Amino acid sequence: MKFHFSRKQLCIPYAVFLVCFVILPMLLIVFYAFTAENETGNLTFSFNNFIGFFSSPSKWQTLGVSVTISLIATFFCVLIAYPLSYILARSGWKKSNVLLTLFILPMWLNFVLRITALRELLDMIGFLGNYDYVNTIIGMVYDFLPFMILPIYTQLLKLDKTLLEASKDLGAGAFTTFTKVTLPLSMPGVYSGITMVFVPSMTNYVVSETLGNSNITILGKLIEEYFSTYANWHMGSMISIILLVIIFLSMLATGGFKNDNENSRGSNLW
Amino acid sequence: MVKKKKAIDSLSVIYCILVLTFIYAPILLLMIYSFNSAKVIGEEGSFSLKWYIALFQSEKVVTILINTVVLAFIAATLSTILGTAGAIGIFYSKKKVNRVVQIANQIPIANAEIVTALSLALLFSLILLPRTYFSLIVGHLVLCTPFVVTSVLPKLKQMDNNLYEAALDLGATPAQALRKVVIPQIQPGIFAGFMLSITLSLDDYIVTAFTKPKTFDTISTYVYNAVKNASKSDLPLIRALSAIIFLLMIVIVIVMMVKSSSKEEEKR
Repeated sequence: MKFHFSRKQLCIPYAVFLVCFVILPMLLIVFYAFTAENETGNLTFSFNNFIGFFSSPSKWQTLGVSVTISLIATFFCVLIAYPLSYILARSGWKKSNVLLTLFILPMWLNFVLRITALRELLDMIGFLGNYDYVNTIIGMVYDFLPFMILPIYTQLLKLDKTLLEASKDLGAGAFTTFTKVTLPLSMPGVYSGITMVFVPSMTNYVVSETLGNSNITILGKLIEEYFSTYANWHMGSMISIILLVIIFLSMLATGGFKNDNENSRGSNLW
Repeated sequence: MVKKKKAIDSLSVIYCILVLTFIYAPILLLMIYSFNSAKVIGEEGSFSLKWYIALFQSEKVVTILINTVVLAFIAATLSTILGTAGAIGIFYSKKKVNRVVQIANQIPIANAEIVTALSLALLFSLILLPRTYFSLIVGHLVLCTPFVVTSVLPKLKQMDNNLYEAALDLGATPAQALRKVVIPQIQPGIFAGFMLSITLSLDDYIVTAFTKPKTFDTISTYVYNAVKNASKSDLPLIRALSAIIFLLMIVIVIVMMVKSSSKEEEKR
């Protein structure tokens, strides 16, 4: 049989890669989450990890702390990023892209180095060690702000300017035009920003460990502890599943499945 | 009316300056103190280059720097090849295959990094593979390749498909047509995917920590551990390191921007 080259076949190496290193590992997580070791050391199907998680007050607390920190960090990201993106997009300046780069430039500096820099500043002003939660939230906002600025800015830039003129011609004031035209049309950008900030804020334990003086446990840290410290793969996997459910729900809430992912993390970076 | 507009303009400027201060204050503080002999920021000291000298004399740090950069280049090159081929394959596949692969491609993008890291660690632990350079590379490929695919696919959609057919009609083999017609048209997407991969790999901590060999360190893992163990002797070195990397980044970004804007001028 002669080998016929076809463009479709170019997909095969990547498909195999995805099966081996994305799908199979994720199935392993599901497997470990719903199994437990019995007395003889065999793995059996079990809801123990699920029950174990939700009957533990400390785990409820971690869940609550993670979600609260993420919500606050996401809120402040929107609060800071929206006016900024609005100013940049509406400035009418031909080189507003250059200005935008100024705001996302630190993104190219390694994020651990960035967080370390922030830690030194917080240390200097006496925050470090005293306000663990405040520091962690400042850190999340500091780290993820560009992920909020980029999609909102892109969305505002796409906005059809004739709509604004139409609104003005029809007698709406600047404020009404903003609340009735600009804001609703820019919401897709806000939503994709939210998904890009909310999930990492629940899981990026580098920020909470570095700035919270190791006093704050978020979900990501808990998973790491169960894998590295306690060597309990089952509970680690169960927490991952719970995290996945939260991610799924947050994507559902922000319509993350609908948009074409053109605003996905880093897509406007280069 | 004019007065009101002016007031809004100056408010805007003040707002931008405030945000910029927030963004740059930590980095500037670090840069300034990297030239100071004080070990702890805020302590008295004088101008000194000793941290920079110590940095380059530290074999450990230089090795880590090289490790990080080499890893990023290997990961970016491999994921660009894998992802570009994947994207072309996806684009020309049947609708069903197209959809399935694209959904699988979205998993690492939407997933929390810690879950990706844990899933890979489970896989490697289960097949009793010790953490090696191979597992680390696989981790970074999982991280980067989906973004290469998402950068290349839109360029394929924009492409004029008739050109490929024309090349075949004119006697090119499919491989030739691909190399001479398709690749040049999607090149901006490939390049963007490559650069994004470099950035993602350089920036990563969590997946690296879960897949790396014990004795191997990147900038991220080294700095995180140094800060966590409150190793005060490393902090000044880290300041100097950050200052150098940040300046380097600024130069690279400016060069890229000038290049891309001059390209746009050409188009006009």
